[in-house]
Amino acid sequence: MSSKNEQHWEKTKSLTITVLVIWAVVSFAIHWIGEGLNSPSFPGAYFMAGMGSQLIFAVLVFWFSSRQNKIDEEFGLEEK
Amino acid sequence: MIKLEGGFIANLGKVYGLYTLGFLGFVILMGIFEAAGVSNQLIGWLFVAFTVLIYAFIGILSRTMETDQYYVAGREVPALYNGMATAADWMSGASFIAMAGGIYLSGYPYMAFLVGWTGGYVLVASLIAPYLRKFGAYTVPDFIGTRYGGNFARFCAVIILVVASFTYVTAQINGTGTVAARALQIPFEVGVWIGLAGILFCSMLGGMRAVTWTQVAQYIVLIVAYLIPVFWMSNKLGYGLIPHFAQFDAVARVQELEGILGIGTLLPTAEAKAEAGKLAALKVGINDASDSLMAKWKFFTLVLCMMAGTASLPHVLMRYFTTDSVRNARVSVGWSLLFICGLYLTAPALATFTKLSLLDPNVATSIIGKSVSEVTNLEWIQQWSNVGFLKVIDSNGDGIVQINEFFMRGDIVVLATPEMAGLPYVISGLVAAGGLAAAMSTADGLLLAIANALSHDLYYKIIDPKADTKTRLVVARVLLVIIGGAGAFVASLKLTSILGAVAWAFCFANSGLFFPLVLGVWWKRANRAGAIAGMVGGFGVGAWYLYMVQFGNMTPWLGIDGLRFGMIGMPVSLILMVIVSLMTEEPDAETQKLVDDIRIPSGAVTRGR
Repeated sequence: MSSKNEQHWEKTKSLTITVLVIWAVVSFAIHWIGEGLNSPSFPGAYFMAGMGSQLIFAVLVFWFSSRQNKIDEEFGLEEK
Repeated sequence: MIKLEGGFIANLGKVYGLYTLGFLGFVILMGIFEAAGVSNQLIGWLFVAFTVLIYAFIGILSRTMETDQYYVAGREVPALYNGMATAADWMSGASFIAMAGGIYLSGYPYMAFLVGWTGGYVLVASLIAPYLRKFGAYTVPDFIGTRYGGNFARFCAVIILVVASFTYVTAQINGTGTVAARALQIPFEVGVWIGLAGILFCSMLGGMRAVTWTQVAQYIVLIVAYLIPVFWMSNKLGYGLIPHFAQFDAVARVQELEGILGIGTLLPTAEAKAEAGKLAALKVGINDASDSLMAKWKFFTLVLCMMAGTASLPHVLMRYFTTDSVRNARVSVGWSLLFICGLYLTAPALATFTKLSLLDPNVATSIIGKSVSEVTNLEWIQQWSNVGFLKVIDSNGDGIVQINEFFMRGDIVVLATPEMAGLPYVISGLVAAGGLAAAMSTADGLLLAIANALSHDLYYKIIDPKADTKTRLVVARVLLVIIGGAGAFVASLKLTSILGAVAWAFCFANSGLFFPLVLGVWWKRANRAGAIAGMVGGFGVGAWYLYMVQFGNMTPWLGIDGLRFGMIGMPVSLILMVIVSLMTEEPDAETQKLVDDIRIPSGAVTRGR
């Protein structure tokens, strides 16, 4: 296997790990705080579970797609 | 299909734009009918008939006799439209009908579903979908069978797919029955079979191609139907134009009322509870994120199970086989998530505004604190009581409805909201059409996933590899009808609630398929023996645990109940798969080459047939 493909896979892996770390924080760490997100002026726990997490996920997927496409192009491995 | 300059795909915007305008025009027409005195029942019939006929029409236009079209819609679906179709495929009767009701009755802990059913798409995009698209499979077992080799691995994947998807599809057909029964005033059992007929019309002639284009049409109907009542309520109650921003003031008001009305403190009496049976009173605050470790753990485990289930449910993954490129498979996941957010971000607002409509004494439609005779005379209370979905029990005999005396099923929140909030009947008809679209679109995807796995993987790949194209597609269609019939039969027995069945499907899928799929791409060393051990062990132990907890009177271990049994199945699957893989020989050079190939987008799709 050529080193071009290996480098491409290394970069893909590190991007995926970054995505998964952000995913884990938004999915689990934030909601573990739970009640601590609420303040008298704003229902933070309700907001993060009902809206905040979802919006971050959506942005994260689009960001991942564009980064991964750039990686593919960098190594000339995108679809022709 | 329709003759347009440049073909159908080039004119999608025009076609669906016109369709949306036409649908909105139809809603307005129905509003005019209502004002002119046409009966509610006729309006309900017209809504259901009009939308189902359109889906069937699209299904017939998209008929095909080519395998590529039948199994993967010709691999030419643009990212945005595939996202829309995935959203309809994904959002089932559970999302549309049951979700807001769950938030209404169970509050914050229930919102773990919202997090889990969206965050799962991050896993789909980063770990699985683009690689399976590059592989070029027709079905999910097709990937398992080729990556690990051998008919037995393929067979295991087929079994898990069938169990998970069949559990799910009975819940959807149940949903179509519920909506049809309500909107058309026909018996539930009849509604189930009518729903099935509509579902089969959409999928039978055109397979994935027909399902794709009906799902786009169904998404438009369901999202319009979900959003309009919430926008209407937010404005009617005076909280603001956009409910998503306005809901936080409403939450504060609900929390104020919780103290006044005694939600969480004024609990139903034992006798009332016994009389109410499966109906529930409101006992939980809207935003009580408990600080207890158990509550946090339960939130965490539900989120994890639903996410891993999302990333292993075949009817979702196969939608990404239909995009025109690997690149677009990734982008399409983002679109799916955005379209799903259209409904999911609205569900909490819907639950909150419905709560205000019923609880706030300053609002005309409220019922708590009113006299029992006044409340039981309301038309919507009577209608829903008659079908056993709602009950007022004056347990302290003071003639006033208190919070612990009003019982209902969560499922009715969405369907009855227009009536609860005093909106015109046309909105009720619209919501019924939306619920039907949600349940039908998911049922279509699921039935197709099952029939395709059985016809492609079991019949063509294992039983008769020499079968010609025509025979294969005839077998696929016959199976579709048989499985649909079986699903409708099981649904008419009403064994589980919609939500329970859906959560089980997710856990069956993640127990058996999550690690074999992910490690198939990400771990070259994973081999046939390991995958089989992972599938059989994870699925077997998970199913055994579910059986013991649900029917065997076993006390759930660490709070892992029937909704979360993937927490047992998944670790077993992972550990077995790693250990057995390492104990047996590494995969041959050809398989390693296959894995290298799917890791890069360039190059030909080689494994499609």
